[in-house]
Amino acid sequence: MNANDWLQMGLFLGLLLLLAIPLGSYMARVFADTPNRVTRLGGRVERAIYRLCGIHPDEDMGWKRYTLAMLAFNLAGLLAVYALQRCQAWLPLNPAHLPAVSADSSMNTAISFASNTNWQGYGGESTMSYLTQMLGLAVQNFLSAATGIAVLVAVVRGFVRRSAQGIGNFWVDLTRSTLYVLLPLSLLLALALVSQGVVQNFHPYTEATLVQPAHVAETVKDAAGVAHTHDVTITTQTLPMGPAASQIAIKQLGTNGGGFFNVNSAHPFENPTPLSDLLEVLSILLIPAALCLTFGRMVGDRRQGWALLATMLAIFVPLLLACTAAEQAGTPLLAHLGVDQHASALQAGGNMEGKETRFGIVGSTIWATATAAASNGSVNAMHDSFTPLGGLVPMWLIQLGEVIFGGVGSGLYGLLAFAVVAVFIAGLMVGRTPEYLGKKIEAHEMKMASIAVLIPCALVVIGTAIAVMAPAGVAGVANPGAHGFSEILYALSSASNNNGSAFAGLSADTPFWNVLLGICMFLARYPLIVAMLAMAGSLAAKRHVPPSAGTLPTHTPLFVVLLACVVIVVGALTFLPALALGPIVESLSGH
Amino acid sequence: MFKLLRPSLLMLLVMTVITGVLYPLAVTGLAQAMFPRQADGSLIVRDGHVIGSRLIGQPFDDPRYFWGRPSATSPQPYNGASSSGSNLGPTNPALADAVRQRIAALRAADPGDTQPVPVDLVTASASGLDPEISPAAAQYQLARVARARHLDAEQVRRLVAAHTQGRWLGLFGEPRVNVLALNLALDAASH
Repeated sequence: MNANDWLQMGLFLGLLLLLAIPLGSYMARVFADTPNRVTRLGGRVERAIYRLCGIHPDEDMGWKRYTLAMLAFNLAGLLAVYALQRCQAWLPLNPAHLPAVSADSSMNTAISFASNTNWQGYGGESTMSYLTQMLGLAVQNFLSAATGIAVLVAVVRGFVRRSAQGIGNFWVDLTRSTLYVLLPLSLLLALALVSQGVVQNFHPYTEATLVQPAHVAETVKDAAGVAHTHDVTITTQTLPMGPAASQIAIKQLGTNGGGFFNVNSAHPFENPTPLSDLLEVLSILLIPAALCLTFGRMVGDRRQGWALLATMLAIFVPLLLACTAAEQAGTPLLAHLGVDQHASALQAGGNMEGKETRFGIVGSTIWATATAAASNGSVNAMHDSFTPLGGLVPMWLIQLGEVIFGGVGSGLYGLLAFAVVAVFIAGLMVGRTPEYLGKKIEAHEMKMASIAVLIPCALVVIGTAIAVMAPAGVAGVANPGAHGFSEILYALSSASNNNGSAFAGLSADTPFWNVLLGICMFLARYPLIVAMLAMAGSLAAKRHVPPSAGTLPTHTPLFVVLLACVVIVVGALTFLPALALGPIVESLSGH
Repeated sequence: MFKLLRPSLLMLLVMTVITGVLYPLAVTGLAQAMFPRQADGSLIVRDGHVIGSRLIGQPFDDPRYFWGRPSATSPQPYNGASSSGSNLGPTNPALADAVRQRIAALRAADPGDTQPVPVDLVTASASGLDPEISPAAAQYQLARVARARHLDAEQVRRLVAAHTQGRWLGLFGEPRVNVLALNLALDAASH
């Protein structure tokens, strides 16, 4: 790694913390139980929405009612996205005359966007009409992120409230997340991105006349089935258009990740400059990082929030360094061919296959690590073409359960499940009933936390086993050998942790893959949320236990280390055998 | 559950109007007012015809032009309607074959040149539409372009320098050369 690599990584982390602190305290005010400046400012719009929808914002919901409201709302959204795709051919705002999307692909995409995964089996510019992108996909980008934040806030209330029945009002949490957090940030980011060159219009695709006509060989079969190859001259280039910036802003901020165009944020119209790249990659981690600090303020002890953020960084930073070092070193395959992979003032060097010139190596690895950590899943480089060890980093970060930053809201409630497991393990060591944030952790909480921790692990392992045994699963693989297995493992890891990125060589737009991954995405999202809300309900009903001499403090470096170890041990024990068959064996055999 | 159906549907409707209609329209309105050229795709227009976008690369394989990054889009390279990377794994023999062919093509266009080839010039970009190459890749091709155009190498060097962008604030991203803009400037200089 060179000096500039270090500088860009350091500046990225510094800027992230600098922005997370004010946003964290702002969000604590947004979700406060008492009215304040923020909620008064938008109060009129908020009340109008509640009136229109027949909602009583003062109703304090028990955990079951909260869960049902969340499920009903998400189901409605899921069905709406499905219907939009199936009918887009007959609906307006379809200047490219794209046909209806197939049933299995529509099902997969509807689950994918409702569950904040944004796995994309399709190519954006060649599949989805402007209307589907706007009314279906972009709306779910907001609502799935808002659902994540709402659930997190409800879980935190479980720790804060004492001997209480309710954990808040889902409709209020959802509305406030959207109106006060996601919309204003998206508006700012979208305009900043347009200033850099991200497109935002409703024009049809534009035809440009090429400066130098291109000659390509085209193979056509004649009536007798004999293949003829002849030269074709191509004189024009189709430039895709559309309302991209508004959707890209929320896909980054809401840890969604579903791109407007096929190659996501590697597309120059989605991410044209180093500045747009910096803004987009900061947006990936911004809300998840800030929510840690919001959590600290809500529980009345800011150190608790910093401890969780420190845990995330303790795992994130070493993995970022590992990924950058692996990619900057380049590939032995190209070194043998006399290709210059050394970094210099004139080039980034390293493994540039599947990377854009303007981002180079470090811009691509910061993004890859952030997008995997945060369950965002957008990409600015092709992870499939990363070196074996460089590609192992995002894959393992996903497998850790998407709790290192993780999805908006979902990452932190996932990490809280791990924190409950961590205090339980510490309690076993000293033989006392464990406590976290003044609440006794008993059998019911442990069951729910264990379910939340184990669901994604089980889905990845079982799903991968099914895919490698089924001919239809193996048929999608693009690269030979161990790398092909990595493609399958990555896809299942991505879907089962609601990340959405891919080793994109895998041809996953087939009925088999659409159904398998659709089921994984659904089960990874909703049963896990139900378990966490059930835990919140039981915690809220408990009395507060004042800390005693035997209480493990949960804001100390000791707890940070303990929590990080629990996350790593679960991730390592579950996935090392599978990783050994994929990236590790590829790395050993490639040299 | 049934009692939750009404607020669910109404809430979805209201939120769809706010985030799916009002929000993108507001962004479009503001963007078109503040940054109309960027919002419409940074198009390059000559004599009323669109000849490309500053942000989208075009295929070049004539020795008289600087070549961009190899593109993995299909059926033709730099297909703007279907962005794509190669997704070839780092140990895939197909990647080695592709790189070997690209090196051979560069050498065939400029047989005297035996310098090692800068990596970005023989590896496919992520988007297949990368508009830029590294300054090293531009320098590698400089002598060939000057010779093919009967231009002074120093003149071409100055053009390359004028089209080289450094890191943002000297810190972020990588130095790079916009291939389409540079080639258009070359055409203008040759006339």
